[in-house]
Amino acid sequence: MTLRLDSLGQRYGEQVVLHDIDLTVPDGQLLCVVGPSGCGKSTLLRTVAGLQPAYEGSVSIDGTPVTGVPDQLAVVFQDYGRSLFPWLTVRDNVALPLRRRGLPRAERREQAERILERVGLEGAGRRHPWQLSGGMQQRVAIARALVCRPSLLLMDEPFGSLDAQTREDLEDLLLEVHRSDGATIVFVTHDIDESVYVGDRVVVLSPGPASHPVLDLPVTLPTKRDQITTRGLPEFVALRAQVGRAVRGPVASD
Amino acid sequence: MRGSRAGGPKQATATARNRGGGSGSGGGASRGRGGVARGPGNAWQHLVLRLAVLVLVLAVWQLAAEAHGSVYFPPPGRIAHRMYELWFSGPVRRVFLTDAAVADVLPSLGRMAAGFGIAALTGIALGVAVGRSRRVYALCNPVLQFARAVPPPALVPVFVVVLDLGTQMQIASIAFSAVWPVLINTAEGVRNTDPLRLDVAAVLRLHPVERLWFLLLPSALPRIFAGLRLSLSLALILMVFSELLPGSANGIGFTLTDAQSRSDLLTVWAALLLLGILGYLLNTALLAAERRLVGRGRRTA
Repeated sequence: MTLRLDSLGQRYGEQVVLHDIDLTVPDGQLLCVVGPSGCGKSTLLRTVAGLQPAYEGSVSIDGTPVTGVPDQLAVVFQDYGRSLFPWLTVRDNVALPLRRRGLPRAERREQAERILERVGLEGAGRRHPWQLSGGMQQRVAIARALVCRPSLLLMDEPFGSLDAQTREDLEDLLLEVHRSDGATIVFVTHDIDESVYVGDRVVVLSPGPASHPVLDLPVTLPTKRDQITTRGLPEFVALRAQVGRAVRGPVASD
Repeated sequence: MRGSRAGGPKQATATARNRGGGSGSGGGASRGRGGVARGPGNAWQHLVLRLAVLVLVLAVWQLAAEAHGSVYFPPPGRIAHRMYELWFSGPVRRVFLTDAAVADVLPSLGRMAAGFGIAALTGIALGVAVGRSRRVYALCNPVLQFARAVPPPALVPVFVVVLDLGTQMQIASIAFSAVWPVLINTAEGVRNTDPLRLDVAAVLRLHPVERLWFLLLPSALPRIFAGLRLSLSLALILMVFSELLPGSANGIGFTLTDAQSRSDLLTVWAALLLLGILGYLLNTALLAAERRLVGRGRRTA
């Protein structure tokens, strides 16, 4: 799915949050959006997800303007504790999006179990989310997003509240999923290293208000990535520095 | 997160929070905490202690009443015996219920169940309707607070005039009084659904019924039960009150006034004891239902 933002603007009352954003994400690309906190990254995702109508400009998917929540879209939120439904088992959480497909219960459960296995949670289906660690809960949320085979996946700082080790494991899981499913992914983060490690391309937003892209950088790293080797590559270090300078802005760079 | 919801119907909320202080688990985080703070040995100690207090109170009462020898304050042993005689000494095939129990206790319970049932269903349904929209909630809130503020027994005369004496009037009084706490608490609970979860529901494109069933009702459930507990105690009060009116033909309340008119103080006390026990058992049953339903969905983080 090709995602296109045309001079998108967004505001809350008088406060301009996003200003004049033009961006095209080609089919199958993993785009990382980086920016300091409060720059409107989440607002950007909410707008793309159709949860909030665009104030100015437009969002379109494969040429069709987004007016409500688009088909084939899935979202992973940062706060897994709130985004999962604690009163449902892990399996029922994951199977929830399948209801609208009109599949029989047994089939939904089977698909849920299969996707849970894929994210490394085989056997956890009958437990409740709050019985799992944070990393495992976020895996559940990822499974719930993947179960409908979305062609557009939005991720709002999905690993922001996890410890370093868990975060690296999940980054690799994401890369694996992206390689095999080929969905278009917009991945919002404030972590510069993460954006370079995960992304095919990194877009940096300026600090708010009236946030807009200040850097649009293709990531020229080999597709096959590895936490230790890739992060040690000179290209990785150079890209990270470039993104870092853009995030810090002109003030801190001199 | 849930505990920080102040505001709204203050009295209703405050009373609901205070329930079952000593009864161990019940709510949210205590699932995790209870295990740490209170081991199995401690739980036994706690139970024994509670029973000891009960026995002590009864013993003091018994001794004091016997020493005083007043006809107005019979000792608990005699009250319990009268209770047994009156209602629970029947044949085995009728689960020991006597004719009097069938004639008075069961109709009372039946009316209360009907009134409470109607109140619970309407309260939850209307509460969801009111709570789903911020606007409707804001518009309805003053009316609801007003309706709740009217002391329920004061409305009984209105029902007597409109519906005449009898079962219909009694059920209507119970239902009308008990509906407000469930309604208000359900509305408040639904209104406070986590906005992120509403986003999740939108992104998963749940249709309205699924959203109600998988999100709104479960997340409002603790509040719904808080409302139900208040409603239950109101239902019990109204059950008795509606039977105290002259013209009532049966019921525990009727037994009370009837015994009083015959100066049969022992039966009055027995009826009071029975009401206390019924209230306690009903509340315990509701708490058990709550623990079963709400306990599953508690988050710890």
